[in-house]
Amino acid sequence: MKKRCWITEHPLDVNSVVNQASRREAGAINTFIGTVREFTKGKRTLFLQYEAYPAMAEKKLEQIAEEINQKWPGSETVIVHRTGRLEITDIAVIIAVSTPHRADAFEASRYAIERIKEIVPIWKKEHWEDGEEWIGNQKETKSGIPVKEENS
Amino acid sequence: MNKILFFAGLREVVGKEEVKWDAAGLTVADVKQKVYSEYKNDQIQSSMIAVNEEFVRNDRTIEEGDTIAFIPPVSGG
Repeated sequence: MKKRCWITEHPLDVNSVVNQASRREAGAINTFIGTVREFTKGKRTLFLQYEAYPAMAEKKLEQIAEEINQKWPGSETVIVHRTGRLEITDIAVIIAVSTPHRADAFEASRYAIERIKEIVPIWKKEHWEDGEEWIGNQKETKSGIPVKEENS
Repeated sequence: MNKILFFAGLREVVGKEEVKWDAAGLTVADVKQKVYSEYKNDQIQSSMIAVNEEFVRNDRTIEEGDTIAFIPPVSGG
């Protein structure tokens, strides 16, 4: 069976992801496309380096797709995330969710990107003119399990 | 024997992606402490831990053959 969630070093193609989410039962496909931004709080980024723990990242993306299935029955989720060096405007992540009705597609794709930022082992390093830094936004609990993960 | 994996900033601190230790019988908290005593970096204590690609708690006991991954705060998307 074709994977619905995967990590790749190659440039991402929106059409193929949308096509994979497409099906006869769907009345809507919502896509989220995450891209590399040049300026963050006034600071200029030259490029980003993404790194993943690929096997686990694909499992956690699959978990998110399954969570979406539970929350929004009849949905189909496809997620792909790129790793390696990405230039400004490059696509880092594509999420496509198809659902029978549009409201669910909007909500579910928002849910997917927020969950990615909580539980999927992918990291980005910002490279600037005067330095570089690994970025980490997510909160962890003392026991070492992400907050939302523990509740789910 | 157990594989211990490091990623992102932690990989740079440790200077390698992977070390092999015999950690069977230790808890995740023990492993963290052992890695901390070797590399002395705050990211070690604040990292989440995955065993065999699933997040685990600090009281989880490591078994022979388990792969232990230090997961610093993630920043995908």
